[in-house]
Amino acid sequence: MQRKAVNFELWGVVIATFILLVVLPGLNAFTPEGSVLHVSNFAINLYGKYLCYGIVAISVDLLWGYTGLLCLGQCLFFALGGYMMGMYLMRMIGDLGQYHQPIPDFLVFLGWSKLPWFWRPFSNFPFAAMMVTLLPGVVALVFGFLAFRSRIRGVYFSILTQALTYAGSLLFFRNDLLMGGNNGFTDFKFLCGFDLRQPATQRGLYICTVLLLLGTYLLCKWLTATKFGKVQRAIRDSENRVLFSGYATAHFKLFVFVLAAIIAGLAGALYVPQVGIINPSEMTPDKSLEAVVWVAVGGRGTLVGPVIGAVAVNAMKSWATRAYPDLWLLFLGMTFILVTLFMPKGIVGLPKQIMALKKKFLSPKAVSSENVEPVPAPEIEKMPEPSNDTAAKT
Amino acid sequence: MWCLAWVQVAARAEDEAAVRAKLVQAILSEGTNQQQMLNGLSDSGSKVVGEVLFAWTRDGVFLYAGADGTKVPVTMEDQQDSDGKARAIKISDGTFLKDTAGKELKFADGDLNSVETDMHLRSSIQQTIDMLALANPDVDARWSAVTKLGNSQKLNYIPILQARLVKEPDGTVKRAIKEAIASLQINDSDPAVQVAAIGQLGTLKSIGSMDNLNRLIDDPKTNSQVVKAAKNAASAIQSHIAFVNFFGTIFRGLSLGSILLVVALGLAITFGLMGVINMAHGEMIAIGAYTTYVVQNIFGAGFAFSITLPFSVAGKQLGFGLHLPGLNATGWFYQSYFLFAIPLSFMMAALAGLILERTVIQFLYRRPLESLLATWGVSLVMQQLFRMVFGANNVQVNSPSWLLGHFALNDVSFGYNRVFVISFAILIVVGVWMLLSKTPLGLLIRAVMQNRSMASCMGVRTSRVNMMTFALGSGLAGLAGAFLSQIGNVGPSLGQSYIVDSFMTVVVGGVGSIVGTVYSAVGIGTGDQVLQQVTGSPVMGKIVMLTAIILFLQWKPGGLFSIRSRSLD
Repeated sequence: MQRKAVNFELWGVVIATFILLVVLPGLNAFTPEGSVLHVSNFAINLYGKYLCYGIVAISVDLLWGYTGLLCLGQCLFFALGGYMMGMYLMRMIGDLGQYHQPIPDFLVFLGWSKLPWFWRPFSNFPFAAMMVTLLPGVVALVFGFLAFRSRIRGVYFSILTQALTYAGSLLFFRNDLLMGGNNGFTDFKFLCGFDLRQPATQRGLYICTVLLLLGTYLLCKWLTATKFGKVQRAIRDSENRVLFSGYATAHFKLFVFVLAAIIAGLAGALYVPQVGIINPSEMTPDKSLEAVVWVAVGGRGTLVGPVIGAVAVNAMKSWATRAYPDLWLLFLGMTFILVTLFMPKGIVGLPKQIMALKKKFLSPKAVSSENVEPVPAPEIEKMPEPSNDTAAKT
Repeated sequence: MWCLAWVQVAARAEDEAAVRAKLVQAILSEGTNQQQMLNGLSDSGSKVVGEVLFAWTRDGVFLYAGADGTKVPVTMEDQQDSDGKARAIKISDGTFLKDTAGKELKFADGDLNSVETDMHLRSSIQQTIDMLALANPDVDARWSAVTKLGNSQKLNYIPILQARLVKEPDGTVKRAIKEAIASLQINDSDPAVQVAAIGQLGTLKSIGSMDNLNRLIDDPKTNSQVVKAAKNAASAIQSHIAFVNFFGTIFRGLSLGSILLVVALGLAITFGLMGVINMAHGEMIAIGAYTTYVVQNIFGAGFAFSITLPFSVAGKQLGFGLHLPGLNATGWFYQSYFLFAIPLSFMMAALAGLILERTVIQFLYRRPLESLLATWGVSLVMQQLFRMVFGANNVQVNSPSWLLGHFALNDVSFGYNRVFVISFAILIVVGVWMLLSKTPLGLLIRAVMQNRSMASCMGVRTSRVNMMTFALGSGLAGLAGAFLSQIGNVGPSLGQSYIVDSFMTVVVGGVGSIVGTVYSAVGIGTGDQVLQQVTGSPVMGKIVMLTAIILFLQWKPGGLFSIRSRSLD
């Protein structure tokens, strides 16, 4: 049973990777427009966006599902990565902006004639790419160090991270930060010499996203299978016991927190050139909560669940905003309520949940009143690690 | 008493008749005689005189020549009938002009000749009007008249003001008159007078004359002694301004803190005592605010809404709506709507909380982080419902007249609505404290929150207590909403702007501690206002505040008043 489940996930990942990495871009590039098999540029762009969200969802799950840290500020790191990439893309516009000045339009608008000092190195792609990982990492390191050092945990950690991202969004909404204020960055033209408006460039970015997603998945898969992963789950299940066993839990948590921030930052950096805009609304507390919801919907404590959840929720969102623009928030809200109440294991845990229910109702005579042990609905067959259910309590 | 009152009324009526007679004489006379007559009217304090004189300067006083050749001065009624004609009001007794048969006469524009004025006359009429305003029986009106004259920069008002100063009974107005005289005198040609006036402004700590003083200091033509005096006065006033700003900030901080307190108090109960992270707490605030809005409309013209859903069954569009008829109340009854809205806001929000607890939260007590997600879903649904019922824009909630306005104490102004909020917050805190510590329900609540299974073993129906506690917390949020409707905008996302702040307040205060919440709400409210002043922008103030809170939690991770316990969580 256990082996079968692993194989199932393995095959699923292999097939999904094949479809996402080869079939979809292939159909986009090599079939004529209007053909039944053709995948439009818009669709490729949209899938790229969903998969970026999927990467963020994995990073949330690494924190929440595996370490028991519910971070409500993950989108801050996502947006910081996006902003770093955005700064590079803004520099690449050159003098093609509306004011035809060598500096970004909004700076001209604010009355600047020279580039501010911190903007200068961003003309260099390697520097920007380094900052994409460095800035989210450093912010997470500083905040995480302070938070974990004073043993802020559970709900308090969640609320503090929410306050952090709230402060961040307030800061980026200001014009005098010189990061584009309310409107953020948009109107990008080139990335490393490639024209962003070309379908081929977008396809390339899409493939990069799939590769990053795959890489993140494999990294997390490996990490959670090592001894480190065991400590991680032990912290989730009972931090005090781990602490008393002589492990410096704060260091473990800090490492996971920084790693998750870097992953989110990378996702943000790939998200921005595909969507073509980054503004402070990406780092409001709501967005981070949404990321948590993707994980909850997909299935917490697994690595494929978050990706499925991110794609499913966003696909539903895209459909509902078009079909029922007035009601889609109702759909979204109701989904969250129902999923939390009735699907504690998310979409991934659904088959097992249905099986358990089936067992309960279809064989009522076999388990008669003497055998009072009822089959608990969310209880799952033997897992390699001590019961995932306790995650709920942390 | 009755007798006395009657005598007074009679005396006033007599005065009125005498004043009207004088007024008629003044209009009909000419030349220097007229000047004297006008001056004689200036301290009558009568409202009629002011109105007639004002009409006069606008060519609104007419002469009606009677059959016997007597001239009757009249003013015209504002309202014209369908023929464009209006009735004439006799200035002599305020009744309508009638012909010999007793029928009311009506005139169109141009039927009557207006009483002519020249520039000289108009200026003396204006002066009389100004002096009349100074003699107005209403203190506020007198005060604003004095201030107006003080800002006029016309030296010829000085004797008038000085004359008034002798008669003036009210202290505030007296001060204002002195200030006005001094601010007129600083433009005097005599440096000695100027220096004295500036000294006077300095002692009066007149904030309004700061600009004038700076102008004098910057003007190169000003006498050096005057400049010196002006500089001294300016620095004295500057320190007074700092004082006023300081206390103004403290007061605003206190009022912000009180709002935060009422908002966070509900959260301190649901989150602090029960451990439920209710992300829909903000929407409970919005329910309170919208209840106030609906109550206001019921006292007014009524409230109605209808929603059509984009689904149809058997060809019929699905939809629902509600119409609440209005009472069309006016006057004090309408103004009292807020008194009815306060308890209703509490009840509506408590009811919503009750439903929320029964349908969602009671299943999630063992999974606090997941209650966060489910209640966030609830918050999205509720926001959308608000949008559908009340529209996406802010709705208009009118403050009752008794909450408008402010009083000033040593130049620090205190808005009535803020004073009301502060005092009500105190009342609510005391009420909650009494409820939790002095009533049987409070005992049960504390027992269940401290040790649920033990309380359950002792026969407490924990599920019911949970329900009541959650309803109480939500109801407090509703109360907060009723107050917020008097101070800020009421819109579908009202709750969202307070949710982060109120969570922070509870965490800083120490989860589970009501006293801690009180301290941290007042602290965060005042700190926020002070930081806004220091950093010069509300947003920077907020960012600094949030950073400060994060650092504060380094020092005291459990908040101000953390509950000591030997158990490990």
